[in-house]
Amino acid sequence: MELKLSNKNLRITVFALLAVALAFFIASQIYRPALAQNPTPTDDEVNRIAHQLYCPVCENTPLDVCPTEACRQWRDLIRQQLSQGWTEDQIKQYFISQYGVRVVGEPPATGLNWLVYVLPPLVILAGAFVLFRAFRAWTKSSKASAAAESEIEAPKDEYVARLEEELKKRK
Amino acid sequence: MLAEIGYGILVVAFFVALYSVGAAIYGERKKSPAIVESARRAMLLLWPLITLSAACLIYLLVTNHFEVSFVYEVTSRSMPTYLKITAWWGGQAGSLVFWSWLMSAFASLVTLRKWDRDREFLPWVIVVTSITTAFFVGLAVFYENPFAFMWFDKAGQVVKAMIQPIGTTPVPLPADGNGLNPLLRHPGMIIHPPMLYLGFVSFVIPYAFAMAALITGRTDDRWIRITRRWTLVAWLFLSAGLVLGSRWAYDVLGWGGFWGWDPVEIAALMPWLTGTAFLHSVMIQEKRGMLKHWNMILIILTYALVIFGTFLTRSGVLSSVHAFAQSAIGPAFFAFIGVTFITSIALVIYRWPELRGETEMKSMLSREALFLLNNLLFMSVLVVCFWGVIFPLISELVTGQKITVGPPFYLRATGPLFAGLMLLMGIAPLSAWGHSTFKTLGRALWKSAVVALVITVVLFFTYTQNAIALTGFFLIAFVLLVTLVEFWRATLARMKTQNENFFVALWTLVGRNRRRYGGYVIHVSMMLMAIGILGINVFQVDTQQSLSHGQSIKLGDYTLTFNDLKQFPNMVNGQEERYVNRAEISLSENGKFLTVLYPRYDVYPDGQPMTIPGLYSTLKGDVYVILVNWESSSANLAPFKVFINPLINWLWIGSILFIFGILIAAWPEREAELVTARTRRVHQTSAAD
Amino acid sequence: MTEIKETAPRRGVPIWAQIIVWTLLVALLVLVAIGLNRAQQGQVQKGDKINQLTLTLFSGYEYNGANQVKLSDLSGKVVVVNFWASWCKPCEQEAADLEKAWELYKGDGKVVFIGVDYVDTEPEARAYLKKFGISFSNGPDLGTKISQMFRIKGVPETYFIDQKGVLQYVQIGPFTSVADIQSIIDPLLK
Repeated sequence: MELKLSNKNLRITVFALLAVALAFFIASQIYRPALAQNPTPTDDEVNRIAHQLYCPVCENTPLDVCPTEACRQWRDLIRQQLSQGWTEDQIKQYFISQYGVRVVGEPPATGLNWLVYVLPPLVILAGAFVLFRAFRAWTKSSKASAAAESEIEAPKDEYVARLEEELKKRK
Repeated sequence: MLAEIGYGILVVAFFVALYSVGAAIYGERKKSPAIVESARRAMLLLWPLITLSAACLIYLLVTNHFEVSFVYEVTSRSMPTYLKITAWWGGQAGSLVFWSWLMSAFASLVTLRKWDRDREFLPWVIVVTSITTAFFVGLAVFYENPFAFMWFDKAGQVVKAMIQPIGTTPVPLPADGNGLNPLLRHPGMIIHPPMLYLGFVSFVIPYAFAMAALITGRTDDRWIRITRRWTLVAWLFLSAGLVLGSRWAYDVLGWGGFWGWDPVEIAALMPWLTGTAFLHSVMIQEKRGMLKHWNMILIILTYALVIFGTFLTRSGVLSSVHAFAQSAIGPAFFAFIGVTFITSIALVIYRWPELRGETEMKSMLSREALFLLNNLLFMSVLVVCFWGVIFPLISELVTGQKITVGPPFYLRATGPLFAGLMLLMGIAPLSAWGHSTFKTLGRALWKSAVVALVITVVLFFTYTQNAIALTGFFLIAFVLLVTLVEFWRATLARMKTQNENFFVALWTLVGRNRRRYGGYVIHVSMMLMAIGILGINVFQVDTQQSLSHGQSIKLGDYTLTFNDLKQFPNMVNGQEERYVNRAEISLSENGKFLTVLYPRYDVYPDGQPMTIPGLYSTLKGDVYVILVNWESSSANLAPFKVFINPLINWLWIGSILFIFGILIAAWPEREAELVTARTRRVHQTSAAD
Repeated sequence: MTEIKETAPRRGVPIWAQIIVWTLLVALLVLVAIGLNRAQQGQVQKGDKINQLTLTLFSGYEYNGANQVKLSDLSGKVVVVNFWASWCKPCEQEAADLEKAWELYKGDGKVVFIGVDYVDTEPEARAYLKKFGISFSNGPDLGTKISQMFRIKGVPETYFIDQKGVLQYVQIGPFTSVADIQSIIDPLLK
């Protein structure tokens, strides 16, 4: 059953997709899974924070699993700060000011670092937009001309092409 | 003696490869088949040469020739022989020879096929594969020589060279070598690099044909048909390499997970992303003659990312736990990257008009359009990954600030994109070529969607209220239902029309449509893997405690009791290979005793520890306990970390099914079946579409 | 196979797209080249001018009563910058020698010793300083800015800067004796 690709259908599709995407996005922002859901022995409280920090010396190693002497000292430091009543944010801030911004898993969105968060969505949207424009151009031109005739011809062409292929292969 | 011979052969191989490139180009320009044939023979000579050289290297490795620097770096007397052989790819220099060995093998395989119909491709395929081989052999010959000896210069620094440089003295023969990095001695780690290299190297073949197609102007789908199996096989190896690496990380790195979004991991993931998109997109070119631009771009990107990823891992530009030690090959790699990127892009731009599609896209819901969307989504994931890897470099260069882009960034950015891909996996198989509308697609889909929704609601009330998990489970259920129903309906149709019973019908169905049903099996396997990934990412819980004898940790329904800790050296060939700290833990669930676990950590002579978890694996999930090696332990008080990783084993089950699926899709068809099968399929598809 | 009518003219890649693609490629190559260069670079070398250095000091380890020291304040003096950490075993080998050398030079006021504590924790750092009786100015390398400036590859490393702010000597690894330290400083004082 033929249905002309009208503006209305297109708009509905796009809005529906955007709504779904938005729902996903919102859900993912609200629901950040908890890392430890258990009653809290001190090791776990330390790890909860250490897990969000990265070893300043060894690259890309989370602080809770880093085996070096230095990391052991940092975990003890966190333990100490926790017992003094520091909050998670305070501890993170301390680490950032002491060791630089590389200790956290995502750069704070200041200065140049905005680009990390902004660029991928921009590029993806730009790509989608270009494709969408190209698609529109295609359907506009194809609507007028070859629609009817190519529909009938295409399957036969495929069949003929396949036969030719098989014959060539059997040579 | 043997080292000099091995090196000499490598040098010869380098010049043979260069000759092969030159002769191929010259023969093509002069339209001389004889010269091109000479180039082909030269290329065929490469694999035997490199094999000989590799044999010398392996012999040196196995017989403890520590005067050779590479042997000194990666072997030691206390290593068993099989590990000494695998040490061939355990270090930078040896792995370059390994790469070259694989590359020349595959290039030879390709040129051994019948070339009657595609003669004009041959010279260019030879050029691309031989240039790549020459590059890697050249790196070994000029920069990272596995056969080099060690010399002391005047300042007492070690210099590596074949022939004694002026002003140096020989280093006295070391009594023992450094030994292979202990992390590389695990079975999973032994085959992970070869698998990855196989994947990387086999993607060079489709790329070579793509370049040949661009240069000769034969931009129809011939180059795709020729390389169809290569692409599948390459994808198989690359995927297997990634899965093996993940399993290895899970087994011996001891941090309770399998993927850390480390830059080097991502460097291997990126070609997989474009490779997967390419694998799908070529189907459209074969069936409809569309997406030709995309296919060229995707295969070029795959090759480019393979080279670029190899470069990032080995050049020291990125520091990571994975990365090879710093070396001088960076600039050479950079030059190679520059040349290949520029040439490839220039060729694509030059041939852009000839890559016009043969048919137009009619509907945004047609199969072609959905595959286009598939490409877009994969490219989006690629953009996220690439940017996350490159940005710290930019930041450091521009602001001087070192930053970390870690898992939170990647998970948040790629999560929705992967969800979109899963949605496509459910919709696209039911879409039709050409015209497609909401109504037709909706009619095909709604039943599966509704059942999936029901399953999700059940899970909501019985298992979890986590939105991400529920979304994931909905998509997984949806795809599984759509795919399994496809099998079911088609089998049922065969049973009716051919009067076969269920199993014969299924077998014949799959046998005659290997690509399609192999692909469906792969989709099913990916959904199983998604179950595992979702389980561990969303539901993992962990705790860390120090226990004394008889004390227990309670986590979830499980109780783990510390029984004993044994500490002893492990001897091989009369030498201490490693020092073992092994704990004994009793595991019970809800009071019922399950099993005894032996988490341990081993310390190697160079101080490297390896943490092996005690694992209790069921379909429900893993109980994963490690003896923490970063706090001190004694027989009386030992620190343990316990993870519960729900559903994780579906990841490994899925990956085994995955291999199975690729084998189905790639299995060659017998000649006799070919024509009848194809004609029958054409009837079927033109009716159903 | 019958030709399907083309509905748009054959055209190459539009100029704007080509410009974008080539620009991006060049940018990537330049970025990688610079990154590679950086990775290959070693520490700062003899002859490099050290422009500025600001070190916030541990309390109790002030310089002339100030809790911050800037390299610009020290022009006209020889400055010895020593990178160390409490978790660094080789650093302990040279700690006592460094203090002894400081004792020798501090009277004249022509040489200044500065200790830069590299990614360390304050309690352990203080314990280390106390253990070796260190008295010269010491402070943490906040944000690892100073160590990045010197591009150190590990600890311990010691940098000797002359009176004009030009780096004259780099010591990688621990000193083995006080005499070694003297043999580097004395020529600079002449």
